[in-house]
Amino acid sequence: MAKTETEKGPTFEEAFRNLQEIVSRMESGDLALEELLERYEEGMRLVKICSDKLSLAEQKISILAQGAAGGESTASEFRGGGADESAAH
Amino acid sequence: MAEDPFVEEQELDFWGKSRMEGSTPGGSAEKPLSVGELTRMVRGLLEAGFPQVWVEGEISNLRSPSSGHAYFTLKDEKAVIQVVLFRSDAARLPIRLREGAAVVVRGRLTVFEARGQYQVVATDVQARGEGALLERLEALKKKLAAEGLFDAARKRRLPLFPERVGLVTSLKGAVIQDFLRILERRAPGLEILVRDVPVQGAQAAKAIAAAIRAFNDPPSVDVLVIARGGGSLEDLWPFNEELVARALADCRLPTVSAVGHETDFTIADLAADLRAPTPSAAAELIARDWSDWRGEVAQLARRAERAVARMLEISRERLVRVAGNPFFCEPSRMILRWQQMLDEQEEALDRSLRRALSLKRERWESLVRHWRAVRCEEQIRRLSERVGQWAARLASLSPESTLGRGYAIAFDDHGRILRAARSDLIGKEVRLRLASGRLDVCVLRLVAEETRAGEKADSENV
Repeated sequence: MAKTETEKGPTFEEAFRNLQEIVSRMESGDLALEELLERYEEGMRLVKICSDKLSLAEQKISILAQGAAGGESTASEFRGGGADESAAH
Repeated sequence: MAEDPFVEEQELDFWGKSRMEGSTPGGSAEKPLSVGELTRMVRGLLEAGFPQVWVEGEISNLRSPSSGHAYFTLKDEKAVIQVVLFRSDAARLPIRLREGAAVVVRGRLTVFEARGQYQVVATDVQARGEGALLERLEALKKKLAAEGLFDAARKRRLPLFPERVGLVTSLKGAVIQDFLRILERRAPGLEILVRDVPVQGAQAAKAIAAAIRAFNDPPSVDVLVIARGGGSLEDLWPFNEELVARALADCRLPTVSAVGHETDFTIADLAADLRAPTPSAAAELIARDWSDWRGEVAQLARRAERAVARMLEISRERLVRVAGNPFFCEPSRMILRWQQMLDEQEEALDRSLRRALSLKRERWESLVRHWRAVRCEEQIRRLSERVGQWAARLASLSPESTLGRGYAIAFDDHGRILRAARSDLIGKEVRLRLASGRLDVCVLRLVAEETRAGEKADSENV
């Protein structure tokens, strides 16, 4: 979401939609060569943003503990593997 | 059984009735009952005495053969009773029968004669305590629906590609393991923020609602999932609490409710933007497989490359065509030709301008002329007509015409016209005016009326 990611550039969704739009525009055939090449460069930049995000391979998991008042205390790392397997009831 | 006064009464009645018949069946060694007879009698008694009972206990030894009927034993600390649930009733049950469940069975008593076993033929099985809970659930559902809390228009679209996922669940459950495993496989780079809450018990609803609000303010994830594994209606109850429903409805983040099994429906499911049948299904619903995404991005990149390649091809063709144009062979001739064409055009323009101008002028002048002519001729014609009229009238009044007919006018010496013959004129000169010329004559005498013309002539001759 844009609000949470502003400092990191566009979100995947923004970049992907932007890319879709650029490619459709490029395919419409009504761009001059120069403009087309500009769009191409912009498109390739977006392809890289999307691909970079998709190449992330490590799940980041934070456990946000809740204080008695519902407030947040520090986040702790949690790894899925060896935790309690019992059902929730 | 013996504790039940109702049953004892029935028993007394039975024996009483039998006594009244006189011949007590099986009452003596000489006239024993057959097993079948006795069993049938017991059955009649039980069926008449217990047409409808509610009995609570715990399910054990549950069997569901392919016939669709269900058989189990209902037990408590002191006793057991067999229960049979026929297929048509079993299919209508609101709950799933499971071993160990505390239930309330409604049915009638009968005897299965072949085994000499008495049993309850159940028509309904409810989880114990569920009746009241279900009523509360329905009431709350109605209330919130009336407020529009579940309206489709309120539902938010899930993000196409969440990058941060919020999860409200218990770390103690199996739910989180499945959830994380599925996401790790489909969308390995996701950031997952978990708030650990109790998912059953008195404090659960409050904690779940607080966790939802904490994720929402400030919005810290792209999508929020509340999840819990399967359980009884009572276990799932926190997800039917108004507190949780309102927290979900107030949440500006897209929310997914993944509570219990496919068959469990909670109010949270209705209040969330999307209901996932199970927590694992939620993991699949929120994130599309990243390999699909990679495919889509690659395809877009290919399309962009093709668009550029096509454009370059078109441009090259155009260049070839343009290069073959005579302009590039003999540019000066082309320019001369264009200049000539330009000059011709200019002349033509000049000519047509002039022609247009003179045409206009001519038309204007002829108009003016015409207009003037029309005005003068008319005036002259009218005036000369009037002049003619006046001339004629004048002519008819003129003395000349009278004189012309032979009359004469006589004037005295003072120049006054004489209209009567007077004696004082005798001897005096009188001037006569004729049609042509004048005469001065002398009056000789006064003649009475009827003067002759000759006498006059006489005088004229004087």
